[in-house]
Amino acid sequence: MRALANIYRLGVKELWSLRRDKIMLFLIFYTFTISVYTTATAMPETLHKAPIAIVDEDASPLSARIVSAFYPPQFNTPELISLQQMDPGMDSGRYTFVVNIPPNFQSDILAGNITNIQLSTDATRMSQAFSGSGYIQQIIMAEISEFLQHQRGLASTPVDLELRVRFNPTLEKVWFGSVMQIINNVTMLSIILTGAALIREREHGTLEHLLVMPVTPTEIMLAKIWSMGVVVLFAAAFSLTFVIQGALKVPIEGSVMLFLLGAALHLFATTSLGIFIATLARNMPQFGMLMILILLPLQMLSGGSTPRESMPDLVQNIMLAAPTTHFVSQAQAILYRGAGLDVVWPQFLWLVIIGSVLFTFSLSRFRKAITQMA
Amino acid sequence: MTVARIKQVSLHYGKNQALKNITLEIPSGKMVGLLGPDGVGKSSLLSLLSGAKKIQAGQIEVLDGDMSSKAHRDKICPHIAYMPQGLGKNLYPTLSVEENLQFFARLFGHSTAERRRRIDDLTKSTGLHKFLDRPAGKLSGGMKQKLGLCCALIHDPQFLILDEPTTGVDPLARSQFWQLISRIKQDYPQMSVVVATAYMDEAAAFDWLVAMDNGEVLATGTPEEILVRTSSSSLEDAFIKLLPEEKRHGYKPVEITPLSGDATDIAIEAQGLTMRFGDFTAVDNVSFRIRRGEIFGFLGSNGCGKSTTMKMLTGLIPATEGKAWLFGKEVDPRDLNTRKRVGYMSQAFSLYGELTVVQNLVLHARLFHVAEQDIAGRVAEMITRFDLTAVPDELPESLPLGIRQRLSLAVAMVHEPELLILDEPTSGVDPIARDNFWRLLIALSRQDQVTIFISTHFMNEAERCDRMSMMHAGKVLDSDKPALLMQKRGKTTLEAAFIDYLIEASGDSQAAEPEIFDVTTPAKSKVLTSPKQLFSVQRMLSYMWREALELRRDPVRSTLGLIGSLILLFVMGFGISMDVEDLRYAVLDRDQTVLSQNYTLSLSGSRYFLEQEPLRDYAELDNRMRSGELALVLEIPSGFARDIERGTPTAVGAWVDGAMPQRAETVKGYVQGIHQHWLMEQARLRTNTSVSSAVGIETRYRYNPDVRSLPAMVPGIIPLLLLMMPAMLTALAVVREKELGSIVNLYVTPVTKIEFMLGKQLPYVALAIINFLLMCLLAVTLFEVPITGSFITLLLAAVLYCIIATGLGLLASTITKSQIAAMFFAMLATMIPAIQFAGLLDPVSSMEGAGRLIGELYPATHMIDISRGVFSKALNFSDLYHSFLPLVLAIPVILTAAVLLLKKQER
Repeated sequence: MRALANIYRLGVKELWSLRRDKIMLFLIFYTFTISVYTTATAMPETLHKAPIAIVDEDASPLSARIVSAFYPPQFNTPELISLQQMDPGMDSGRYTFVVNIPPNFQSDILAGNITNIQLSTDATRMSQAFSGSGYIQQIIMAEISEFLQHQRGLASTPVDLELRVRFNPTLEKVWFGSVMQIINNVTMLSIILTGAALIREREHGTLEHLLVMPVTPTEIMLAKIWSMGVVVLFAAAFSLTFVIQGALKVPIEGSVMLFLLGAALHLFATTSLGIFIATLARNMPQFGMLMILILLPLQMLSGGSTPRESMPDLVQNIMLAAPTTHFVSQAQAILYRGAGLDVVWPQFLWLVIIGSVLFTFSLSRFRKAITQMA
Repeated sequence: MTVARIKQVSLHYGKNQALKNITLEIPSGKMVGLLGPDGVGKSSLLSLLSGAKKIQAGQIEVLDGDMSSKAHRDKICPHIAYMPQGLGKNLYPTLSVEENLQFFARLFGHSTAERRRRIDDLTKSTGLHKFLDRPAGKLSGGMKQKLGLCCALIHDPQFLILDEPTTGVDPLARSQFWQLISRIKQDYPQMSVVVATAYMDEAAAFDWLVAMDNGEVLATGTPEEILVRTSSSSLEDAFIKLLPEEKRHGYKPVEITPLSGDATDIAIEAQGLTMRFGDFTAVDNVSFRIRRGEIFGFLGSNGCGKSTTMKMLTGLIPATEGKAWLFGKEVDPRDLNTRKRVGYMSQAFSLYGELTVVQNLVLHARLFHVAEQDIAGRVAEMITRFDLTAVPDELPESLPLGIRQRLSLAVAMVHEPELLILDEPTSGVDPIARDNFWRLLIALSRQDQVTIFISTHFMNEAERCDRMSMMHAGKVLDSDKPALLMQKRGKTTLEAAFIDYLIEASGDSQAAEPEIFDVTTPAKSKVLTSPKQLFSVQRMLSYMWREALELRRDPVRSTLGLIGSLILLFVMGFGISMDVEDLRYAVLDRDQTVLSQNYTLSLSGSRYFLEQEPLRDYAELDNRMRSGELALVLEIPSGFARDIERGTPTAVGAWVDGAMPQRAETVKGYVQGIHQHWLMEQARLRTNTSVSSAVGIETRYRYNPDVRSLPAMVPGIIPLLLLMMPAMLTALAVVREKELGSIVNLYVTPVTKIEFMLGKQLPYVALAIINFLLMCLLAVTLFEVPITGSFITLLLAAVLYCIIATGLGLLASTITKSQIAAMFFAMLATMIPAIQFAGLLDPVSSMEGAGRLIGELYPATHMIDISRGVFSKALNFSDLYHSFLPLVLAIPVILTAAVLLLKKQER
């Protein structure tokens, strides 16, 4: 009872402190509103003004047709170049794609001879190279078949492929980007807030003061965890409702409450982690440096920015121990795919286990560190 | 003869006025004391005199010239020495004594032999010679101050400015310090010295005094004149009498009522308390007994173990050896109930600055479990008793130090403890507030029978204690009544008695140090005639050498510098992967014929797909897709084979998980391709001809034929990291000096801004190049990304690029004040343009508007071009020279901007 009262009072004190910390408040507000909005809307389309050049050795109506099929915004207006300009142009990076239409292309096609268009792609530009080359092939084939249909009829394929995209039918990147931004913010802010709260107390000497009072380190730590957790949770809920569903009009499939429950479990782990980092660092600058080294891997390898399955097995296995991996996976399941507790319970379990381990570990480290720092 | 003339000088910090229209003439060739408690403007005045701070209003002449003129400051700067406030504030803690001195000597342009001679001279005469190899941070307070003095004297100044050189130093070291100064004065009588001090007793020995309060000069004159004018017996009294009427209002000297009561009622007892941190013994076998209601003092310098002892008593840290009892109960850190009987006020001001006065009191009352109904009463009582009635809703930070001190005491008393532990509660408070504070303590002790355990480094406070212990280097030298201690040593003052104890404790070695101090004159004339150089390689190298040493000794920064970027390269190499592989899919096959299985086989044969358990119905499909297990589901309708046989149109259904749009796009592409391929195969099997393959598109993926993500990403990420990390470290390097105070060496030594900048930058350029080589190694080995072009070209570009990156860091450091701000600023200013506009993901030629312009100008763009060219495209210098030009041009632009923005004076 008394312990609970202490945890409550100390937590309220943390909230009071936060209320007067203008910079932190701004950071929280900024990351959960403006930053979510701008990052989401600024997600570029994969293919935007891709630089393309065409070597037209045929100079026929068909090749002209192909040249005119490329236009902004997906492609730059194609530059017509000679074969000699092709290599230097690609070497210097002026063009990502060069289409080479061979001589006598149109007449060969009409005669039914086998002929090939050559497409050179700068594969060092992954984002454009991948989707772009497929797209270019489709465009050229469409132009050719339309051209041929004019000349002679063409039979339709007997088996159709009905492609349906679930959960985000038009593949809008805003949906993905905005929600991922919140997921990343939850991790980042919970670590910064708890870590900074501990370091601030240490720098001001108030931690030492707390320790001579009838409160235990466990109570101090739990107070920081619940108060900062509540702040982040509230901010995330706010952002989901007003920024994502409101301003960005992204439909949320699943239950926001279930997501927040998952986030709460995740916060248990990350706030513990924040305290752990704060015990390692002697001051704010060191905390900042450690943060960069710990936070970036946690976020980039969690499966949030790129699919987990394309990472090496070793990385995938190591990242199973990271709370972010499970948080990202359950958040995506709930928010994008509308999954229920029956689907995401394994992730919840993982989060509970990782959270408990981190908490226990941080607590013992915290106990040891405060005797040294005091 | 005056050394400095101050005319109507004022100084503001935001709203606070530190100096109010001061006019003063400081006589030359004298020891001048600037007297007053903390925060009255002494330090501000001294930093103006030294030229470290820019003059806001008024006029200052030092050594016959106007200090607002840069030419004059440059001319006289080698003749002024300035030692800022704070123990070793302008020293470099990780550097040894020798290295610190070498650094300063080089800044003033002495030759190697001359440096050796001067360093030996100075260290021998100050007793530091034995400690030449010890890091400055590990010296005792007194030794740090001596080292500071040596560093100040290394260039034979005519005007020596010392800001509180003896605050926090033990009395023995203090007296040695003053002996040293007076010897220097004897050898070099024309030197003028200005000293600020808060110790009134020290000031009596000076030639001339300036008493200051609240940004104004109260009085000037010799100590005798001031005593006579105020008809006081001591300077402390004199100072109080000089204060304006409203401050003195109601002031009475402190009177101590004698202690009465039962002498066997023991509140605290300690036996053999010892605390070791590693092999360092902070507290060595300390024992004492303190009666209930007694005021017991702990006297000693900074770092002698006072605070540690107090912390062991409160159970804050467990003692290594020995035991302590509070009220007859052994101290147990886990016993929360004893803590309720103790009130603690720590050295650092430890109230919650974000909580108001009342909130602070209520919070503490609650945490100490004062019954809820009593809280309001207790808080009100504390507010009246400690005279806080005027400020209940103020934030502590906005209150004057004296009131904050009372609030701290009120907070410590809110739960009616029987024992108060006060760790240097009065440091930095003016004499009147200090006396008022003591009256409160005496009332608590005598009326409320509260036992008070107090530590201090003020002698007159120690004298007011019932009994006291003298502590030094973790040991209690003696404990008794102050009068008895003086008697035992046969001294008239407590200070003299303490010094006597210290000499005995430290043996003869340290005390019997004094050697003849001689500053040889020939060297001096050499310095005086040396013309001011525009750029001195020696000074630049001096900064470079020092920065490199510091970096090597700071594990966190050097680790971050060396392996930080490797870790990030590893993470980003795998993290920003565009590869889509091993996609999990499942099939809902309602046909179950040979042909339908043949269709699914075409998928399972691909390296992009991993088949999972087949699906049975839609419910399962839904569930497994929602959990994210399946990225793709194929549904083959019943009658699939039959329909194809008959030529009836049919359709295969494919569901793609669109949660990750990028991945979904790729999956769509793959599935369409595989579907087309299967159709062609079928057609070929059926008709034995290849009808539709008259036209083909032959795609060549150049530079990266396997279309792997790593060879595409790694050459782009290396320039990114090579920009971010060095920029951040360099920015930190400069701002750290601002935060720690050693930036003052830039302000007051002859080093120029360019020398300072380049000296700071070069070690980080070297570090960045090492970093670059390591990243290349990691790329070639772990990521298996070969370097196909000319490595020399890449290396050359990397060197230029590292200079740019560190230059951007310097630029960031000129506009930020705290390390956190510098770090984030450097990160944002490098990462955002580099990621978004430099062509890492989308080529610059695909961008428009401002982004395009930034992309074209930003050096990272060109470095990424060069890096990709050399790594993947097998290019060499002749193909890439056009990308070098922007890099070469960026260097002078960035460095000039950084030098122009850097301030050579504090604002």
